[in-house]
Amino acid sequence: METPTKLPPSSPSSPTTGFSVPSAEKVDGFPRRSMRRARQRRSHSSSQFRYQSSQVELTPLPLLKDTPVAELHDLFCKKLQQCCVLFDFLDCVADLKGKEIKRAALNELVESLATNRGVLIEPLYPEIIKMISVNIFRTLPPSENPEFDPEEDEPTLEASWPHLQLVYEFFLRFLESPDFQPSMAKRYIDQKFVLQLLELFDSEDPREREYLKTILHRVYGKLLGLRAYIRKQINNIFLRFIYETEHFNGVAELLEILGSIINGFALPLKSEHKQFLVRVLIPLHTAKSLSIFHAQAYCVVQFMEKDATVTESIIRGLLRYWPKTCTQKEVMFLGEIEEILDVIEPSQFIRVQEPLFKQIAACISSPHFQVAERALYFWNNEYILSLIEENCQVILPLVFSTLYRVSKEHWNQTIVSLIYNVLKTFMEMNSKLFDDLTASYKVEKQKELKRERERLELWRGLEEQQQRRLQSLMEASRNQKNLQGRESAPQSPAESSTANAT
Amino acid sequence: MAASDGDDSLYPIAVLIDELRNEDVQLRLNSIKKLSTIALALGVERTRTELLPFLTDTIYDEDEVLLALAEQLGNFTMLVGGPEYVHCLLPPLESLATVEETVVRDKAVESLRKISHEHSPVDLEVHFEPLVKRLASGDWFTSRTSACGLFSVCYPRVSSTVKAEIRQHFRNLCSDDTPMVRRAAASKLGEFAKVLELEYVKSDIISLFTALASDEQDSVRLLAVEACVSIAQLLPQEDLESLVMPTLRQAAEDKSWRVRYMVADKFSELQKAVGPEITKNDLVPAFQNLLKDCEAEVRAAAANKVKEFCENLPEDSRETIIMTHILPCVKELVSDTNQHVKSALASVIMGLSTILGKDNTVEHLLPLFLAQLKDECPEVRLNIISNLDCVNEVIGIRQLSQSLLPAIVELAEDAKWRVRLAIIEYMPLLAGQLGVEFFDEKLNSLCMAWLVDHVYAIREAATCNLMKLVEKFGAEWAQNTIVPKVLGMANDPNYLHRMTTLFCINALSEACGQEITTKHMLPVALKMANDQVANVRFNVAKTLQKIGPVLDSNSLQAEVKPVLERLATDTDMDVKYFAQEAISVLGLA
Repeated sequence: METPTKLPPSSPSSPTTGFSVPSAEKVDGFPRRSMRRARQRRSHSSSQFRYQSSQVELTPLPLLKDTPVAELHDLFCKKLQQCCVLFDFLDCVADLKGKEIKRAALNELVESLATNRGVLIEPLYPEIIKMISVNIFRTLPPSENPEFDPEEDEPTLEASWPHLQLVYEFFLRFLESPDFQPSMAKRYIDQKFVLQLLELFDSEDPREREYLKTILHRVYGKLLGLRAYIRKQINNIFLRFIYETEHFNGVAELLEILGSIINGFALPLKSEHKQFLVRVLIPLHTAKSLSIFHAQAYCVVQFMEKDATVTESIIRGLLRYWPKTCTQKEVMFLGEIEEILDVIEPSQFIRVQEPLFKQIAACISSPHFQVAERALYFWNNEYILSLIEENCQVILPLVFSTLYRVSKEHWNQTIVSLIYNVLKTFMEMNSKLFDDLTASYKVEKQKELKRERERLELWRGLEEQQQRRLQSLMEASRNQKNLQGRESAPQSPAESSTANAT
Repeated sequence: MAASDGDDSLYPIAVLIDELRNEDVQLRLNSIKKLSTIALALGVERTRTELLPFLTDTIYDEDEVLLALAEQLGNFTMLVGGPEYVHCLLPPLESLATVEETVVRDKAVESLRKISHEHSPVDLEVHFEPLVKRLASGDWFTSRTSACGLFSVCYPRVSSTVKAEIRQHFRNLCSDDTPMVRRAAASKLGEFAKVLELEYVKSDIISLFTALASDEQDSVRLLAVEACVSIAQLLPQEDLESLVMPTLRQAAEDKSWRVRYMVADKFSELQKAVGPEITKNDLVPAFQNLLKDCEAEVRAAAANKVKEFCENLPEDSRETIIMTHILPCVKELVSDTNQHVKSALASVIMGLSTILGKDNTVEHLLPLFLAQLKDECPEVRLNIISNLDCVNEVIGIRQLSQSLLPAIVELAEDAKWRVRLAIIEYMPLLAGQLGVEFFDEKLNSLCMAWLVDHVYAIREAATCNLMKLVEKFGAEWAQNTIVPKVLGMANDPNYLHRMTTLFCINALSEACGQEITTKHMLPVALKMANDQVANVRFNVAKTLQKIGPVLDSNSLQAEVKPVLERLATDTDMDVKYFAQEAISVLGLA
């Protein structure tokens, strides 16, 4: 049985967003994209408003709290219906009165659910879900900025947020109400509903995604029948993100939810969950955007803490997707590796140390000092250091020649002194091995050069041979044609070359 | 051939395989890219029996390596012994078609499609079609996605029982559980429909098309729109209304703007596929709606199609439809709130004048052109100006010149250099259409002002512009109007302006001819060899090298040579270098 745990603390009322970098502050002489966009903003329209052709005039209803209990449900229902009317928020002066009535009604509904027991009775469920669906489900409008970059640009905020926020708040109170009955709700919160809910995670507005995250998490927690379906659809979103569009704004939020879901997985892990790890979560590391990395590392570590046997596939997966050109991402990969090594079991470490330290050696020799520095910091981590010490016989030969070479060549003095410290540590760990390696360094270098020469020689020979073969093939086919001209021999040039080669 | 037999022993497969397994990815990649060399060295039989099994077994590598491998194998038919043995290539390509990375998979499918044609019909049924079936029923979505692209290449060449199986597999994939697979199937629906017999198009494809077009995911629905074009082309006219149109109408009003955008984007193709009658009755109102869509993206896509749509209207009712249905929408778009919509419209609106003729253009279109020429967004104005030639043919550019001038001047002085650059590029065209008089009077000063712009790219473009103008208006015009001004800049206190003189000489000498070059330009250039700025001096050397071929040998020897020789002993390294280069290129050594 899986039990989702609490989400990491970040309440919807104070959304912690990844968009805090004030982009205008970066001075490089060019106007930032977000500034250029500011002018166009007013021309934006909303897909949501399109489907309401005839506008209904709203009239204020009596207050819920002044209503006798007998009529309460009836009035509650009427207010829900009132809240199904949508307003045009891009025209900020349109129908101000109606907007205010709806806002007040939504506030009252939220308040009523939060404070009164016994409000939530069965006939209200379909009405509640209808009101929520009408308000939140919409085709998200096209992004104002086609190359929206969450690290760089200001997100487009949802214009109808004054109402939308209250609807989300109401939805959340509904799910969290002590009177909430999953057995009744599941008739209305079905697969189609969840699918639409998941599509909203693409919203550019971080406030909306924050609400969605909490709401989906509650739905997952309370409606057990939907769990497998939710996981599958999240997988589909991720796969589409990785292999098709490379664009989906809510990846980090979905990962956070998954992180807490993973925590509740039963042991041994089901193959579905392992498949998610290997075929979705690890390939997700190829994503361009860096904002999702923190959440990824969180999920990965959750998996390892659940079941140490997945360690090898995680590390090999990360090595497979190791960034080739983006140093910023490389630093984040190294950060994730350190988080993993922090909780790795020594027996698992032995299985991956070889490929892992080859990569670490490659990072140390990176000309980008932040990459090299991040890799060298591993030696400041006591647990990692103890793992290295235990396996010094294997690791030192893997990294020695890199350390030796980089200590003489690197342009950055900090790196050079960090490397000296690492070399010193190794010397203290195993001075005999260290001396042997120092002594054989030059010989090894010579051997390497020799191998390289032999390789070049081999390819030169191969290419010469190819030339000859192609020539003889051409000759053969020419002869063939001549032959065919005379006695129409049915042999093809390919067959003749087969005969020759064998 | 005895020699090549001997070579085989020199290269045991192990050595070659070591190369393919090298630790360094880059080296591995290089080896894979030269896989044909290795195969040649091994000969066809050992390629089949040793190399291919090795490749099939070890397909777990960097995606970059796999991509190269997938591509190589598509060209391997001869290396395994010709069409007779081509099926040997299927196992490795099958594995590659199931990997995660889309680029690799797509390449594997491309290679499979390529070699499918080299299979004999028998081999196709014995080897290729089973592979397609395996992929189509794979566990993970990647293999099923790849299968979608292979149905159409084997369908035409297999027996009718196998055909029925293939159709069944395709049907299954169209209703696959995973949206990725449904998207892949939807994107191949049109292609598959084309190879099917008409009866199956009607019975199978239409129902699949209808289902995909009402999929729960808009990303699937929009792909069905693309398929709609191919399907409509295949069906006889009388079936279109009942089989295709209900779905198309629904797509044009889809609740997702992405689907509506797709309809707008494919509108011309759709229009051609459904024919004139349906266009008149259905597509005209649909097009009007798209032009009035609530999303700017959709309006812009539709606006882009205005000209093509009008052009393709049936001739008998073209003018009426445009005047009563399309033009009112176009008028509204001219003052749209979104600049992308306006600039999409501006890039095609001028084309309407040829369709509507002189009178309608003057009465209805001209006010719109003029309004767009005054638009606040430079891109809109530029798009109008860049298409002036269409109007010129119909009503002559004079009608516009009064409004044109302020628009050009404003663009010429725009704060964004890219805008200035764009208008410069249209100058020769404008000059040609407006005539030399108008040009001298109104535009010449602009062209000269660009020569001293503070952005190098503008000065460079201005120089090139002058050359094109001279080509248009002739050397005499050049001598009277621009050469004096250009040469005057040689005494400018700013060395960048002095260099512009040299750049202009480079550009103009050929177009102006020997006389002007020798008489007017050469003396100025030679004098500048004494400039105190080294950059100017080495540019003199470059200029002399450039104009040398235009000069006669007398002035080369008497005037150019001494100056270059002096520059060749300059204290500045660069000056020396370019002077020496000029001397050797001109053969003055």
